[in-house]
Amino acid sequence: MALLIQDKAIVVPGEELAEGMDYLPGTDVLREGEKLIATKVGLVNISGRLIKLIPLSGKYIPKKNDIILGKVVGMGFSGWRVDIDWAFEANLALRDASTEFIEKTADLSQYYNFEDWIVCQITAVAAGGRLIDLTMKGSGLRKLGPGRIISVTPSKVPRIIGKQGSMISLIKETTNCKISVGQNGLVWISGEDSHKELIAVRAIEKIEAESHISGLTDRIKAFLEGEHQ
Amino acid sequence: MNTILKEHLLNTLKKGSREDGRSFTSYRPITVETGISPKSAEGSARVTIGETEVVVGIKTEIGQPYSDKPDEGSIMVNAELLPLSSPEFESGPPNINSIELSRVVDRSIREGKALDFKKLCIRSGEKMWIILIDIYPLNDDGNLFDAAALAALVALKDAKFPKLVEDKIQYGELSNEKLPLQCFPVSCTVFKIGDSFIVDPGKTEEAQMDARLTVAFLENGNICALQKGGDKGLSFEDINKMVEIAQEKTEELRRHI
Repeated sequence: MALLIQDKAIVVPGEELAEGMDYLPGTDVLREGEKLIATKVGLVNISGRLIKLIPLSGKYIPKKNDIILGKVVGMGFSGWRVDIDWAFEANLALRDASTEFIEKTADLSQYYNFEDWIVCQITAVAAGGRLIDLTMKGSGLRKLGPGRIISVTPSKVPRIIGKQGSMISLIKETTNCKISVGQNGLVWISGEDSHKELIAVRAIEKIEAESHISGLTDRIKAFLEGEHQ
Repeated sequence: MNTILKEHLLNTLKKGSREDGRSFTSYRPITVETGISPKSAEGSARVTIGETEVVVGIKTEIGQPYSDKPDEGSIMVNAELLPLSSPEFESGPPNINSIELSRVVDRSIREGKALDFKKLCIRSGEKMWIILIDIYPLNDDGNLFDAAALAALVALKDAKFPKLVEDKIQYGELSNEKLPLQCFPVSCTVFKIGDSFIVDPGKTEEAQMDARLTVAFLENGNICALQKGGDKGLSFEDINKMVEIAQEKTEELRRHI
């Protein structure tokens, strides 16, 4: 009948969050008999009767409409195979690959070659994540140019982007870098100035490490200003 | 054709900087710890270079000397690339990479005459010490070669012979006798990417390298072992330059022993 933890507490898998039927399990929370149990490491978020977890770490799980970064790892008659940092490769079909018409006899490597990185969108997830379809039709979906790829915990991606993209714009503006963040936690960064590019990387790493501590925006702002001088 | 990652790395190097802001010839912070496994090994060490972490254990065995060298002992180096240390490593029998790693470490110790093999002989033609050097990377963030070579030397320095009763080793009971070390052949690996030469690459830099050269130096400046790797070739000038860098860096690494 009672809450066993406080709002915003950090919990580990297996930890009991509440007893009784007064509370409902949200994302990453499990009901076992009378108890609500955490299934991941994360921050507890209590809104009304609902208890959910904001995970601090964990693997990317593909969702429909996610915009992600992927690496081309295979080419077949009907399209490309793309590594999206998930247990199974995703499929990019010919008809979804480009707004222009692709001839059946065309050399597919002219469009996307092995080891190319793309920004794409998930159109369908089926068979428990075994079958994933991608598309390149949509605004911002493209093949990426020279740059570096870093990987962050997918659950931190919203904090890197910030409210209405405020955080990522802040980094882009101060460092003069082009940055693409995928929901799967892969980030592409490209800057003319290597030193400024490194500042952008450090800022993103800082967000990843400190996103659960309040006052993040101010700290990142101070960090970027400090590094800039 | 270069991938976008390589093209970007080449651009960065061309501007005279590296992906993590270091200079071309500077190592990440190095830490050395000895005696990390006093119960199960005769000598042990843990070396970290940045995020790269390698553990080396020294064990001893008694064997029969080889017929061509009846009054010498021997060493055996084994490296196991644990799957936990990198997404690219798989469990199973040793592959080409783990064999190369162990051979490179083996060669610098053997050819640099780090151990006095004569003193590893117990009775000529009958019994000798075999020193087993086991290398386990716990995390691979590039430059396993230098980390493993350094860890092997430090572990050898840490090791003591176990007690011997009627030619049987009493494992777990160490004597006060250290291994017969004569010198420390320190190795440094220089990588060529595009036209640039760098040391101690991170994982991404290592994946994009064109060629690498591992050079082991003795204290007096003599080279005792060389190993070239990578797909592309090296010119005479390249090798001279790389050896020069390696010599300078091995002097720095030597301070950690």
